[in-house]
Amino acid sequence: MLRIVHKLRSGFAKMTVREAINSAMAQEIERDSNVFLIGEEVGQYQGAYKVSKGLYDRFGKSRIWDTPITEAGFTGLSVGAAMYGLKPIVEFMTFNFAMQAIDHVINSAAKLHYMSAGGLRTSIVFRGINGAAASVAAQHSQCFAAWYSQVPGLIVLSPYDCDDARGLLKAAVRDPNPVVFLENEIMYNEAFEVPDNVMDKDYVIPIGKAKIMREGKDVTIVTFSKMVKFSLLAAAELEREGISCEVINLRTLKPLDRTTIIESIKKTHRVVTVEEGWGQCGIGAEICSVINETNAFFHLDAPIVRVTGADIPTPYAFNLEELSFPKAHNIVEAVKLVLK
Amino acid sequence: MKHFMRFSKISKAFQEVPSQYVYQINPIKNFEPIKQFRVIDLEGNLVAKEYNNIPKEILNQIFDLMISIEEMDNLLYMSQRQGKISFYMTSFGETATTVGTTAALQPQDFIFPQYREQGSFMWRGFTIEQIVNQCIGNHLDGGKGRQMPVHYGSKDLNIVTVSSPLTTQVPQASGAGYGFRVNGENKIAATWFGEGAASEGDFHSAMNFAQTLKCQTLFLCRNNHYAISTPTDDQFRGDTIAGKAPAYGMRTLKIDGNDLLAVYNGVKYAREQIIKNKEPFFIEFITYRIGDHSTSDHSVLYRSQEEIDSWKSGNNPINRLGLFLKKQGLRQFNDDHDNQIRKDVRNRVIAALKHGSEQQSPSIQDLFTDVYDEVLPHLQEQYTQLREHLTKYKDQYPINKFKGGL
Repeated sequence: MLRIVHKLRSGFAKMTVREAINSAMAQEIERDSNVFLIGEEVGQYQGAYKVSKGLYDRFGKSRIWDTPITEAGFTGLSVGAAMYGLKPIVEFMTFNFAMQAIDHVINSAAKLHYMSAGGLRTSIVFRGINGAAASVAAQHSQCFAAWYSQVPGLIVLSPYDCDDARGLLKAAVRDPNPVVFLENEIMYNEAFEVPDNVMDKDYVIPIGKAKIMREGKDVTIVTFSKMVKFSLLAAAELEREGISCEVINLRTLKPLDRTTIIESIKKTHRVVTVEEGWGQCGIGAEICSVINETNAFFHLDAPIVRVTGADIPTPYAFNLEELSFPKAHNIVEAVKLVLK
Repeated sequence: MKHFMRFSKISKAFQEVPSQYVYQINPIKNFEPIKQFRVIDLEGNLVAKEYNNIPKEILNQIFDLMISIEEMDNLLYMSQRQGKISFYMTSFGETATTVGTTAALQPQDFIFPQYREQGSFMWRGFTIEQIVNQCIGNHLDGGKGRQMPVHYGSKDLNIVTVSSPLTTQVPQASGAGYGFRVNGENKIAATWFGEGAASEGDFHSAMNFAQTLKCQTLFLCRNNHYAISTPTDDQFRGDTIAGKAPAYGMRTLKIDGNDLLAVYNGVKYAREQIIKNKEPFFIEFITYRIGDHSTSDHSVLYRSQEEIDSWKSGNNPINRLGLFLKKQGLRQFNDDHDNQIRKDVRNRVIAALKHGSEQQSPSIQDLFTDVYDEVLPHLQEQYTQLREHLTKYKDQYPINKFKGGL
């Protein structure tokens, strides 16, 4: 598994987010005999997006389960297995298809611990690609961050880079609660330099803690997943114009790290939220409300600006799709608006 | 005024019926697999003479279309590899099922496709240009550039738009078929799905509802042996999908899907039965997916070339129909003509690709239309913001490539 990691210089290696997720799963499956991966095409096909490449050859069909085509079926089955004490990692080819199984995620996995007065536990990870890829249109491009983040009983995580992917996935597998792990297809191919400690088999990141990717003093940009990349690009461009942005990578969507956000606002006094998903009832909407309800409100010098996807099912035509989602320049525009 | 609940007049009171009991444990273990209905053999010889009843013109039109689709699929697959379109799904090896079925249906029948039924679309008149424009996503696309390639639909042709989540079209067909019966219409709802899609929960609901509520629905399963890389052995057990249908109380046929005459006759029969009995019908076609699942697949990674070739040369629907037509003296044209048809289709696809790629992209107004019946105020606002943004940064965007510009 570590063959795929390219050693750059002492103490660092280079790997893609895909490899990060793959290596994290491999290490967890190795560590705990109760952990297994289940989904469509995850085994001999090496994964629909090749995220589980090599795992079937290494661990065999008792740990990497290929299933017939039924999200409702294999999700229900996995929730049952988790109640028994196994630790499934359930892969949805995309979270869009998880809608055919969402009752199992919400009404079973999320609520059962509470409903059974602590008697039933579902330690399970639901993972897969979330949000837009490229040219895959409405039924393959929805962001489910808002939907899952609303549900009590679920932990919702969304990695950006390799550090996030490895640390958060391992934390998710080891967490006793049901976890929804929202990945991004475009990020799979992005490579990052990774310090040696991140490759350690016990590297975990705390759940519920956001990360400050870039410190700044003029405005706070709060975001997650692929939008972290565009936010950092926007911040670099704004730096050239003398505007200093602090970029917060949420990492965990539920429970939201209010403290990091509030502390940042006390410093910068202006906020822009960035997400790919639709605006209504979205992550940005929640952050606006959270800020409004806490003493952070009194530190604001301007209303909060949300950057979100357009309120439409995602079109396929390249020109239309380009205009449907935020890019770095939209974030730059939003920052300038909040500074006006 | 008192309201009364009407209950069914069928009494559930207990009645002793001695014949329904046995006195030994004899579980049902294996049952006889349903046999495939066949009219012509692998070499195109007639083996069920009474079904040699399809008009010569129709047979020839079907053959012409099957070879045309083969050429079109080939070119569009390659055009994806060349970056001209982003995605495509071929139907190699399966056109006897789609073309034959649609030819045997009536134009007013609704078709609910899965995604590999270009044969159904094209028999009803969907053109190469319509397909190519949809795949490119230009302003000529009837779908307004909204959908991924091969996700076409046509209200005029009574074919419901292709939808990605598997099997959702099947209960929809049950619903439509219910409507047709209740309204007394001479129409059926015919729905396509693969043997893999039949694993989804929606399949069970659709079948159960159709028979219980008596829907004018025709279930059409293309068992092509693979669901992406998952072979049928890893998808289900029992007697293929057809084996499940009688358990719902449904009339069932299993048909040799590479035998065009069997397909046509079987579907014609099924349609008549549906209209006459006002009940659904189930057909499973046994066929084979000669090509990859899609342009995102490389099937030799999970199956051998020998296996593919054994079907391509040993049980090929185009070869079988062609041989039958020749042997019966029904083929109106000779080989040269067939080669010309193929050449013409190739040229037409190439021209469509060229013409299509030169077209403008859909208008930006179409970002916000059809979300609702009318463009609601919040969307109107977003459209205005977009136009302001594009006006301000017009040198950053290829505005001249958008139909209608700003």
